Amino acid sequence: MTSLPITLTINGHRHELEVDPRVTLLDLLRERLDLTGTKKGCDRGQCGACTVLVDGKRINSCLALAVSHDGANVLTIEGVARGEELHPVQAAFIAHDGFQCGFCTPGQIMSTLGLIAEGQAGDDPERIREGLSGNICRCAAYGGIVEAVLDAQQQLARTDRRTAA
Amino acid sequence: MRDFDYVRPATIPDAIAAAAEPGSAYLAGGTNLLDLMKGGITSPERIVDISRLPELNRIERLDDGGLRIGALVRNADLAHDAAFAKAYPAVAEALLSGASAQLRNAATVGGNLLQRTRCSYFYDTASACNKREPGAGCAALGGENRLHAVLGWSDACIATHPSDFCVPLVALDAVVEIEGKAGRRHVTLAEFHRLPGDTPQRENALEPGDLIVAVRLPAEAASFAANTRYLKVRERTSYAFAVVSAAAALVVDAGKIRAARLALGGVAAKPWRARSAEAVLLGADASEANFIRAADAALADASPSGDNAFKIELARRIVVRALMSALAGTPERLPALPASPFSNIPGAPHDA
Repeated sequence: MTSLPITLTINGHRHELEVDPRVTLLDLLRERLDLTGTKKGCDRGQCGACTVLVDGKRINSCLALAVSHDGANVLTIEGVARGEELHPVQAAFIAHDGFQCGFCTPGQIMSTLGLIAEGQAGDDPERIREGLSGNICRCAAYGGIVEAVLDAQQQLARTDRRTAA
Repeated sequence: MRDFDYVRPATIPDAIAAAAEPGSAYLAGGTNLLDLMKGGITSPERIVDISRLPELNRIERLDDGGLRIGALVRNADLAHDAAFAKAYPAVAEALLSGASAQLRNAATVGGNLLQRTRCSYFYDTASACNKREPGAGCAALGGENRLHAVLGWSDACIATHPSDFCVPLVALDAVVEIEGKAGRRHVTLAEFHRLPGDTPQRENALEPGDLIVAVRLPAEAASFAANTRYLKVRERTSYAFAVVSAAAALVVDAGKIRAARLALGGVAAKPWRARSAEAVLLGADASEANFIRAADAALADASPSGDNAFKIELARRIVVRALMSALAGTPERLPALPASPFSNIPGAPHDA
């Protein structure tokens, strides 16, 4: 099969690429662009380790063909911090022990960014748990993860209020 | 994954022409198709990417009071559309009880109707499966089958349809709008999915090239908004397919049932409309005793296809629970755990 030309904006950088149509967004990120922060867990949409934001929405990059997302704007874990300054969600995961081995963490953080942007969960821990049910943590750090999401959400809301004032 | 040609037609007629060729498959959200391709369960020679076709991602109010949902509307976008969720709360609840947030952001309305069974023998290419390979036999019949069908199954296939979304849709008389080589046609959702019979590989009314362009809800579907629920029993708290589920919708006036809709999920190869139960309810007092009679009618023809006799009693109970919950009134706000039959105390774990 011949390769097809596509353009993707990834973490603010524009990439012009030739891809085999079988290549998933996940494999493109990891194997072609060396963005290995996005993890390959199950590769079947069941674990959430590969979660990225595409045009602002969280999806499983393992179930997305790169060619089908030609022109998309992709945010991966590598694009979340500002230089050395962690994003409030990243800092909250550290502060609340929202992980043990760390393999699922990039997906958890990208999924949290999606959850907060969707604005459906509010500060209800049960809604947060439900909203993150597509991200599995085999170390079972769920308690810390929910605390981290609640904390980060409050911090971001305070920042928003300051910015608005 | 085997090699395939990739085409991205700009118009619906071009897409239909491309997909009418043997070995073609439409790609929209891809959440089910890519999974099947990775497992070698389906191996299309040509992928027809319809994800950018214009006009298929709209939700339109129709002049007759009905609603037309474009086939490419994402499950999450539909469920979170405030006007949609207010008019059809059980449909929104069903959507949000399915899959995960990531999958709902990608999966489409049309794709949800066309998703394949999650029968583990269908997924295991080393096992016999009449759906995957007609005439091969059915490994599920003598295998692990506690989650398989109890209604409408045949000796050729005992798989279930996994959709949550389709269950309230079929209860509300949804219609599938299909465009094909011969133009557009409408098929009721009740007739869209087929029971297995001797041809479990034929799952629906689509012919080669046919494209689902929209799903329609008739005006009457919104009349149940005040008294409707979708409830779903899962083997884990969230992100699981239904063991059994039920959509119930009532119009109650002075204690009498003026209109009733009931459908079951997880019990058959199609979303199961329980018309005999609706007939029991119509005109009757809205009481638990009558809901139990309706549940008995809904499951009257059920029989185990394996180690799943428990699903018949479970389905009866979830029907009664869904009807009781519908009678109590549609919740003001969608519960934290959509469609859970367990308690929903704000802020508390679902099983508190």
